[in-house]
Amino acid sequence: MANISNTQESAGGNLTARALREGLFAGLLSLGLFVLFVGLETTQNIRNELVLKTHWVALAVFVALGAVGRFLVVAYVRPWMAARKAAAAAKPAVEGDESFLKRNFSKIAIAFMLVYPILAMAIFGVQGSLKWVDNFGIQILIYVMLAWGLNIVVGLAGLLDLGYVAFYAVGAYSYALLSQHFGLSFWILLPLAGILAAFWGIILGFPVLRLKGDYLAIVTLAFGEIIRLVLINWTEVTKGTFGVSGIPKASVFGIWSFDVSAPNNFAKAFGLSMSSAYYKVFLFYLILALALLTAYVTIRLRRMPIGRAWEALREDEIACRSLGINTVTTKLTAFATGAMFGGFAGSFFAVRQGFVSPESFVFLESAIILAIVVLGGMGSLVGIAVAAALMVGGTELLREMQFLKQIFGPDFTPELYRMLIFGVAMVVVMVWKPRGFVGSREPTAFLKERKAVSGSFTKEGHG
Amino acid sequence: MAPETNIATSTMANTMTGDPILKVEHLSMRFGGLMAINDFSFEARRGDITALIGPNGAGKTTVFNCITGFYKPTMGMITMRQKEGKEFLLERMADFEITRDAKVARTFQNIRLFSGLTVLENLLVAQHNVLMKASGYTILGLLGLPAYRQAAGEAIDVAKHWLEKAHLIERADDPAGDLPYGAQRRLEIARAMCTGPEFLCLDEPAAGLNPRESLALNELLRSIRQDSGTSILLIEHDMSVVMEISDHVVVLEYGQKISDGTPDHVKNDPKVIAAYLGVEDDEVEEVIEEIEEIEETQGDTH
Repeated sequence: MANISNTQESAGGNLTARALREGLFAGLLSLGLFVLFVGLETTQNIRNELVLKTHWVALAVFVALGAVGRFLVVAYVRPWMAARKAAAAAKPAVEGDESFLKRNFSKIAIAFMLVYPILAMAIFGVQGSLKWVDNFGIQILIYVMLAWGLNIVVGLAGLLDLGYVAFYAVGAYSYALLSQHFGLSFWILLPLAGILAAFWGIILGFPVLRLKGDYLAIVTLAFGEIIRLVLINWTEVTKGTFGVSGIPKASVFGIWSFDVSAPNNFAKAFGLSMSSAYYKVFLFYLILALALLTAYVTIRLRRMPIGRAWEALREDEIACRSLGINTVTTKLTAFATGAMFGGFAGSFFAVRQGFVSPESFVFLESAIILAIVVLGGMGSLVGIAVAAALMVGGTELLREMQFLKQIFGPDFTPELYRMLIFGVAMVVVMVWKPRGFVGSREPTAFLKERKAVSGSFTKEGHG
Repeated sequence: MAPETNIATSTMANTMTGDPILKVEHLSMRFGGLMAINDFSFEARRGDITALIGPNGAGKTTVFNCITGFYKPTMGMITMRQKEGKEFLLERMADFEITRDAKVARTFQNIRLFSGLTVLENLLVAQHNVLMKASGYTILGLLGLPAYRQAAGEAIDVAKHWLEKAHLIERADDPAGDLPYGAQRRLEIARAMCTGPEFLCLDEPAAGLNPRESLALNELLRSIRQDSGTSILLIEHDMSVVMEISDHVVVLEYGQKISDGTPDHVKNDPKVIAAYLGVEDDEVEEVIEEIEEIEETQGDTH
């Protein structure tokens, strides 16, 4: 850092020359790297001959990205960052003088979510809104809810759970199977799915909670896999890899149905044209309500003794025991509460898809949910919601980037790069904000003023 | 039995000769081949400040961990008798039950605060069991019943009381990890007191304190004993603290008790002096002989 500020002081022209040199070097480096990765491709043609295909345009884009990127970083971004840092150091930070937007971010976000389907319908029409409400809205909100549920276990209680998707699966299959076999409605099965998932949370939690840290993580990972393997192999009940299909739709509290043939069909009752968009809008509000319930319960629980005990457990388990807190039941309640919200989300997932199979509950899902919690800032609801919107919305956005086909050829599918981008984004965020988007912690009680606790004091937990 | 005890407690609560609150009998703790504590017995009287001293590695913290349930002793019996005469066998209880039911609280040699929680929150966590009951094990509290809100208000008042005593009221809303070292020590004691203990175990409360802070600590400990009637057992190296405030001193060396009595008695005990100052190997027998002679003469005079 020191020599950069020196060059900046000495001469501007010097800096540009240096940036050009480094940019050229980076270009050469990326040429060397990508000529084999991207530029050349060996394929077999119809006569089983090995043919060399070349992608010079794509290679040029990569090289240009490397060169221009390095040039911009050295010439502009670094001096700008240094200047900003110097300015920030010179001016003492004025706390509490946040903008209106920042202070009321959560209220504005909730208000926006409430009008979002209406906005989408107004802009894109009834059919056109489908994509925006379903692919973006519902998809993001499912992950927001899952991440908020996992946040109770990982963010508050500090128990690293790598098998969270198991509870999601329990919820989904509870709804799928019970509704098919017993014809129970969604509104009965939603709480039941939550209770069943919580029950599984306790069953899984009881033997593993004497483990700590890495060991706990490995065992929860294994339990997630066990649930998935049971779903695959218990074919009489779960139909194995074929999955359960034809799961009944939810109704508006039994008053209006979304089945096309039903006499009390929603669209018929209101004299609207037949479209699945209304069902999606209903589902959107349903998952929004469920997610907000999760947030509300989390906020309330944090101010209750059990929530404080969770956070204390994350900070220091031995101290907790010395204060008369039964750490086993405290951990179990965290596990069960987190699992319950996973179960709610699972039954919603089954209703939305109309089809569940073990493929939806692979480890990758757990990893994505955990990544959202970590990126958002452990324990922070707003940060996690933002992280979910960026991560899930971002990968959905990739599908929209069809113009990239013009650069990389018609075979290029941007969705396939989502994991790469996901990884890069994680690295960038962890370097830029090691504690996630919102690293500070809101205290649950105060005497004079509510001061956020800096992330440098909070611990991640080892249990 | 019980009514007699009650009378005894009420008449002798504030005298030096109070009834035993904690009785440790034949305590032994073995770690593999190492006998950390060997047949150690002592009594702490109600209302007293009892000090447990000894050279490094003597087994003081092990005794503490046995009393507070963090270790299960290999042998021995630890009896805690509450004011109402209820008795608890601590060696049979889990660590959290010892604090919750037997009302024995403790602090740690290396401070264990919830550093990411504010000072006030630290004290509220300590009142977990009271608040848990008031919130109907969370269920009633979630519904927002007034009973919990009232209990939460009372918990904050208790916290405020101890913050004032520990001179931490100004920093109530700061993270505990942000406090200076001495304040963290006082906060840990305040936090232990928030569990409402009858017997408080302090593991080196004065370690790392400067003389002024150590004076303030003495004052805090005295006021704890005076106002809440809590008996105190402390491990300490700082002799100014030990001699100043303790009523009763027990000396431990190599897991065995070598002296037990008033601070003055212990200070002049040749065994203690030998243990602390150390003697050359070839002088050991001489010293032992000397000690035996002294003991004989003491025995004669008694």
